Amino acid sequence: MDIILDGIRQAFILLVTFDPEVLGITWFSLKVSGTATFISIFIGMSLGTVVALTQFPGRRFVVSLINTGMALPPVVVGLFVTIFLWRNGPLGFLEILYTPAAMILAQAIIATPIVMGISLASMQQLPKKLRLQILALGATRLQMVLILIREARLPLLAAVMAGFGGVISEVGASIMVGGNIKGYTRVLTTATVMETSRGNFDIAIALGIILFLFAYLINLVLTTVQQRERPR
Amino acid sequence: MKRKGFILCLLLALAMTVSMASTAAAQPEQKNIIMATTTSTQDSGLLDFLLPIFEKKTGYFVKTIAVGSGQAMAMGAKGEADVLLVHSPAAEKKFMADGNGVERRLVMHNDYIIVGPPNDPAKIKGMKKAAETFKNLAGTASLFVSRGDNSGTNAKEKEIWAAAGINPVGQKWYQETGLGMGQTLGVAAEKKTYTLADRGTYLALKKNLGLDILVEGDGILLNIYHVIEVNPKKWPKVNFAGAKAFGDFMISKDTQDIIKTFGVDKYGSPLFFPDAGKKEEDLTK
Repeated sequence: MDIILDGIRQAFILLVTFDPEVLGITWFSLKVSGTATFISIFIGMSLGTVVALTQFPGRRFVVSLINTGMALPPVVVGLFVTIFLWRNGPLGFLEILYTPAAMILAQAIIATPIVMGISLASMQQLPKKLRLQILALGATRLQMVLILIREARLPLLAAVMAGFGGVISEVGASIMVGGNIKGYTRVLTTATVMETSRGNFDIAIALGIILFLFAYLINLVLTTVQQRERPR
Repeated sequence: MKRKGFILCLLLALAMTVSMASTAAAQPEQKNIIMATTTSTQDSGLLDFLLPIFEKKTGYFVKTIAVGSGQAMAMGAKGEADVLLVHSPAAEKKFMADGNGVERRLVMHNDYIIVGPPNDPAKIKGMKKAAETFKNLAGTASLFVSRGDNSGTNAKEKEIWAAAGINPVGQKWYQETGLGMGQTLGVAAEKKTYTLADRGTYLALKKNLGLDILVEGDGILLNIYHVIEVNPKKWPKVNFAGAKAFGDFMISKDTQDIIKTFGVDKYGSPLFFPDAGKKEEDLTK
């Protein structure tokens, strides 16, 4: 029990003294996971919406693939991204293994199916008649999609939160493709793993608390947007 | 309308972070050295201390990938690392014989210890020979926790089992964690049982473990670290100049002096002993 109290105290000290290393790691974690989430919103929401609103042969198969993708294990993504990015691998010419770019790539691959799957479900649960109604009122197809997105914004923001939560908390892919390099690719989760193996349990707990705090703050912002009353 | 404005701001902020991240990643990076090493050099804090000095001196940027020695050498053999700092002599010799390395230079050593619970149910405390100790552990069927991850420590453990003439794999009393040294020590502590550890990691974790050093000092227990540059003739993409600079740095007098005193303030004794220029055979005697 003492060790947890130590950890909480340590977290408090690290935060109020603006420990430069911890601040750097925290800011970097937010940057990497935020960018990856943003990319996944772009790809996941647009493709999810397309699949939700269209009919095509093999659609059920595609949907089942997307839903399976939501369970992609980060370590497996990390392994494949590493193999592709190796110097002598198929994408080696990019020279981005052990860089922040590689971490963003891996995290985007993890988050995209999550965002896509939830977007798909949330667009599909809108009443079918709504579409006809909107079109009947003379809206263009694009206008219709925008209105539908607005109607589905509650679950869509949940998709964003799930995607972000998935990548800010994952460690397997980040440590593999980033390498946990000090001051360069070290994020809160990989730093926690390292401090644990160094036996610095108090610092590890402190980092965990900071990670949780920031995840909470970001979700608070998103939740505020999500739960806001609709203007009349 | 107000909401739209807010969302727009959010998107803008996100777009800005994207562009920032992408410009950071687009910079050319010829000065990078990928060093594959074992977890013990990182977990002991030695690299955190040495690397900034090296980087400041030479302008290189070292990307430390801390994995087990086995994996580090596998990376080197694929040309995915430029320089190795490893402690698995038998595997290193094979690595050199296969033409994967340019030069293999002795950097430092510390030693392995056999640790266990203070009440020592297998009565191994004070034994002089590691192989005899392992025989004793097997004879009493005492639970032994192994790294089981092809790390340098794991390789040493297998060497000792071989010297004892015992194959522990598959035995009920033999458990492989597949984890790093710190975590494996944690497992041994929870189960109040025996394991082989490097002294540096043990000293760093000692306060939380409740495990004692029971056997130490046998010649076979030496833990020797070498630096190896990966062969650029085999892998043209390897940064050989950087690797060489790092190897030279590790055996330079200044660095060796730092190694000699590193950890004394925190643990009361050094974690590593500098050995540059010595012969491996002289260490084991």
